[in-house]
Amino acid sequence: MLRQISGSIAVAEAISLCRPEVIPCYPITPQTHIVEHLSALVKSGQLKNCSYENVESEFASMSFCIGASAAGSRTYTATASQGLLYMMEAVYNASGLGLPIVMTLGNRAIGAPINIWNDHSDAMSVRDAGWIQLFVESNQQAVDVHIQAFKLAEALSLPVMVNMDGFILTHAITRVDLPSQEQVDAFLPPFAPRQLLDTSSPLSIGAMVGPDAFTEVRYLAHHKQKEALAIIEQQASEFADIFGRDSGGLIKSYFVEDADIVFVAMGSVVGTMLELVNQLREEGIAIGILSLRSFRPFPANAFCKTLSPNQELIVFEKSFAVGMGGILASEIHMATESYNLKIHSIIGGLGGRTITSKSLRKIVDCVLKGELEKEVFMDLEGATVVRELKRQKEEQSSGPAAENILRDMGVVSASKTH
Amino acid sequence: MFQIRIHGRGGQGVVSASELLSVAAFEEGKYSQSFPSFGSERMGAPVQAFARISDKPITTREPVMEPDMLIIQDPTLFNAIDVFDGANTDGYLLINSSKTPEELGIEQMTSKYRKNNVLTIPATDMAMKYIKQPKPNTVLLGAFAALSHMVNIPALDKAIRGKFPPRIAEPNIIATKAGYNFIIQKLEQAQEA
Repeated sequence: MLRQISGSIAVAEAISLCRPEVIPCYPITPQTHIVEHLSALVKSGQLKNCSYENVESEFASMSFCIGASAAGSRTYTATASQGLLYMMEAVYNASGLGLPIVMTLGNRAIGAPINIWNDHSDAMSVRDAGWIQLFVESNQQAVDVHIQAFKLAEALSLPVMVNMDGFILTHAITRVDLPSQEQVDAFLPPFAPRQLLDTSSPLSIGAMVGPDAFTEVRYLAHHKQKEALAIIEQQASEFADIFGRDSGGLIKSYFVEDADIVFVAMGSVVGTMLELVNQLREEGIAIGILSLRSFRPFPANAFCKTLSPNQELIVFEKSFAVGMGGILASEIHMATESYNLKIHSIIGGLGGRTITSKSLRKIVDCVLKGELEKEVFMDLEGATVVRELKRQKEEQSSGPAAENILRDMGVVSASKTH
Repeated sequence: MFQIRIHGRGGQGVVSASELLSVAAFEEGKYSQSFPSFGSERMGAPVQAFARISDKPITTREPVMEPDMLIIQDPTLFNAIDVFDGANTDGYLLINSSKTPEELGIEQMTSKYRKNNVLTIPATDMAMKYIKQPKPNTVLLGAFAALSHMVNIPALDKAIRGKFPPRIAEPNIIATKAGYNFIIQKLEQAQEA
């Protein structure tokens, strides 16, 4: 059914259609509206046979998920940013134990400095945690990919994280086609756990594994993620058959085939790029977009198959490894080693900074002129940074950098106290 | 694609207005999106919200930088921020005020627009009359419909009924209609003159 609703409400409705049995939650901006709506759906009786648990912290919510999933329940939760960090130990445990939990990450920056707005630093903080990590471009994809996430998680017995840009998607009101219960039931069979805590047939989950077997168990986790590559593609095509929509999958190519320049990106920025690319194509510029929809597993083969040698890549990412640079860019370097591609790492949209099509256009113009550097922080206020560096050099007790930068930019609330 | 930017202050229903606009456009079978400028969610702080309406799917996520319709819910904002930033002066400007643009001291900007595309409406006074609250948003939505023809009144009514319980929706529907009639009348007067 077509609805005009916020991304958060759409996701909550989609989760409800997946018949979750346990939802332990702790609210945090910008995902709060998702769990709030799920709580209302349970309370109203629209979502039946589901236990909604408002727990005391994110550490509790993921721990609760682990217990519920091990006991054979289809389990869901959502978090963001610092909430994800607070549950971190349990995040690793969920994947290490192989429990098919589905979690929405309403992507938000990580502090300090504290910032509630969107970027991908939370998702990247768990890039090695063993979860499947999927990204969505729109709220329609958010609906569709969550439905696929349960099927994927349960097929692999691995947890799946659906990354959805905080505010930009969660708070945007757009047209969404919500599937019927019959369609979802036809796609997603009831949960058949690979491992089950059951008092009538006792077993233990979570053995201590020493040096003799740790490598093998960890290798198996890597192997399973690689197996997921084929399953993600297969499920996206099954999904398309039932729902009639292209959603999910490993990657999505928009005009990449004959492009000289290719944007590579994850999440909602692909939508902004798409309108720009349509416009640039009309101007005769051969440009495309490669949207990475699965970040873990990293679809290196699909990626390379879509590209051709001598294309120039603009890898745009909303986070970076401090002291190293673009995370996505370096992974793409590794994946495309033999292709001899020219790769630019563009870091932008940090902490909710607006990604304008004008700024993206400037990047493309620089590529066309052969002037784009290898690493660019888009729309960086360079002069502000230079002034702070000067202060730090000249004065040992120059004070906290974040406050200094705010004062430099004329944000009045940052008064100098010392 | 028709792009709308609404400026107001926290508590004036700026975000709700953008949402209602997008839902009304959806009710008419158009594609639309709306979203707020995130962060300043406190009473009295300057707030912006955005909406886009199109016959085709909308994929961009950037805020509305070049609005075809600028709705100013609070004229004190003229002194606080550059509400006209990027405005498409071939478009429309709708201001909540009982004063004329000249009296507001913004004629330098408004003179760039076509004569009948800049309109002021005492939306807060009208809101006090119809909904007994200083929330000018639904009066302005009616005015928007009259000025732009991008949405119609039945679609706005449906959007309002979908969002609010009847005791809130019904007075707001009357307020919307009043805003619509006010602008129609003003445009007719301008035509005669």
